[in-house]
Amino acid sequence: MDWSATLNSVIAAAAPLVFATMGETISEKSGVINLSLEGSMRLAAMVGFVVAFWVGHALAGFGAAIAVGAVIAAIIVFGNIRLKINQIAIGFVLFLLAVALASFLGDSFVGERGLRVPPLPIPVLSDIPFFGKVLFDHDLVVYGSFLAIFVTWYLFYRTRAGLSLQGIGERPEGAFARGIPVNKLRALYAIIGGAMVGLSGAAYSLDIKLGWRETLTLNLGWIALAIVIFGGWHPVRVAMGCYLFGILQVAAFELQSVFPGVAQVLPIAPFPLMILALVMIYAGWFARLGDRWPKARGWLISEPPGAIGTIFERE
Amino acid sequence: MTTRTWGSVAVPTVASVGAAFALSALLLWLVGAPPLEAAKLILQGAFGSADKTANTLLAWTPLVLASAGLVVTFAAGMWNIGVEGQIIMGAIFATFAAREIPGPAWVVVTATLIAGAIGGALWALLVGLLRTKGNVNEIFGGLGLDFVAFGLATYLIIGPWSRQGIASTSGTDIFREEAWLPTITLFGASMPVLAVAMAIAATVVVYYLLRGTRLGLRLKTVGKSPRSAYLLGIPNDAYILYAFAIGGALAGIAGTVQATGFHHKLVPAVSGNYGFLGILVVLLAGFSAKWIDPIALFFIAVAAGSTQLDLRLDLDSAFGDVLLTVTVLFVLFGTAIAAQKRRRRATMGAEP
Repeated sequence: MDWSATLNSVIAAAAPLVFATMGETISEKSGVINLSLEGSMRLAAMVGFVVAFWVGHALAGFGAAIAVGAVIAAIIVFGNIRLKINQIAIGFVLFLLAVALASFLGDSFVGERGLRVPPLPIPVLSDIPFFGKVLFDHDLVVYGSFLAIFVTWYLFYRTRAGLSLQGIGERPEGAFARGIPVNKLRALYAIIGGAMVGLSGAAYSLDIKLGWRETLTLNLGWIALAIVIFGGWHPVRVAMGCYLFGILQVAAFELQSVFPGVAQVLPIAPFPLMILALVMIYAGWFARLGDRWPKARGWLISEPPGAIGTIFERE
Repeated sequence: MTTRTWGSVAVPTVASVGAAFALSALLLWLVGAPPLEAAKLILQGAFGSADKTANTLLAWTPLVLASAGLVVTFAAGMWNIGVEGQIIMGAIFATFAAREIPGPAWVVVTATLIAGAIGGALWALLVGLLRTKGNVNEIFGGLGLDFVAFGLATYLIIGPWSRQGIASTSGTDIFREEAWLPTITLFGASMPVLAVAMAIAATVVVYYLLRGTRLGLRLKTVGKSPRSAYLLGIPNDAYILYAFAIGGALAGIAGTVQATGFHHKLVPAVSGNYGFLGILVVLLAGFSAKWIDPIALFFIAVAAGSTQLDLRLDLDSAFGDVLLTVTVLFVLFGTAIAAQKRRRRATMGAEP
């Protein structure tokens, strides 16, 4: 077995999920749950594919997909912030609406041959033995996913904007008292997050699984949601979750011929793992591990954002 | 808090439904399909013959049962996204009973219904326990268990319960006829009378449970204000578990109807999406059991009828789902806008 090739495909397989999970992490950290992921991703994958097909350029497809994700997130924050509708309710309805729209509007494009993002090995770097193949023999989508992880991490933990982002998700009253425009920023981050979810949809239809069919991104939106929780809302841990899932996907594919049925059962794995992670957070296991290895504390302590899913109203 | 009068909810709801229909008609017109023709085809597809009516009613019952269960969990303030898994678990338990319990039809059918209710209730209790004992939000816990239930069903179908000789995800062997949910021949079609009776009974029971009983009142207190429930000495956790047990049992019966009444076997997609559709029904019904029966009938009529669109107008049958979800979204926003106007008026009236 060629390990560098296998790891290369794991990283490529995980790239779209990285965009979706980073987007959802940003949104949830600011206090907005975008429950529509499964639908937004699918509709964005469809629209991205069709627009790229019409225009003849993949970039147009990515732009359209980003717009789809952003619009869906904008509907959620508008309903939630202006009209005080429960985030879960809107997100859930939009999930089903987007799924239905993707099937309805995309029906006539099933089976069409579309565009794909051209491979772009980075000169010099891709010649490094082993790591060159694993990390630098990809296309722009995959390099973009590395950037997304870094930018999200940097935003959260190295910038002032990141502090207020965490503030509005943890204690909006406190942030508001310090003069931070809570609802405006929540809308902004939720829409940025939604745009990244849209981008991930196009990354499937134009890069990883070329073409459009209803099952193209089946359950991957839910999996992204599970990975965000599994990763404890920490960008690096969430990214690890994505790569873990990439390994599962590649393993399921490789093992299919040896153990039939594995392909159906392995993709379920993120969900029990998500539940386990949540129980472990509650039971304080991560916190105790953090006490044992103080250097890893920042990674290990993970709590859901305190004000996640709530409506902020200034009194 | 302003009082919610009938008109203050009904007017925006009707207006929103009208707007959603208009938008859907526009969408049809844009893709080149005549909207009126489509409406006629949907109605014909759902109720065009005795057979079609029987099928519509058979599809209606699991949706009503799941929705009735969701009304109970919503009353306790819980988003039971795990309802899909509870339907699947009900179907799995019912399948076990259908395969293992010997005897005449009334024994087997009763056994499948009880087993289904138990399966659904246990799976829902797991969500409830994760929430009350493990602090796992019921939305994420339920979602996770949906997939676990789906995985378990798939495993059983290709593994221990696979058909003789072939293991495929197309389903188990057909149950023996004693296990089929009984029907009565009316107007030349097999009408699912027992299933319909159960659905109506579930609606009535849930309606009165929440309106006129101590348990219902306490469930609603826990849902509306956990803190006042605590101060009143109502154990929040226990009532959350009661709600999940009742909701899950009803979802489990829905799964039983799907397995023993519709498919006559266990298939991976046994839930038929009725759990998620049920959430839409209950959102549209304003979280009350009062209107779930007609709303569910509308949902099923649209879903069943839209297969006709595929056949006659060559439109993807997902149009039905577009119509339904747009309607729910519009009602959600329409009633919220009306409520906000009411709030504004109330605060303006209060200021001198």
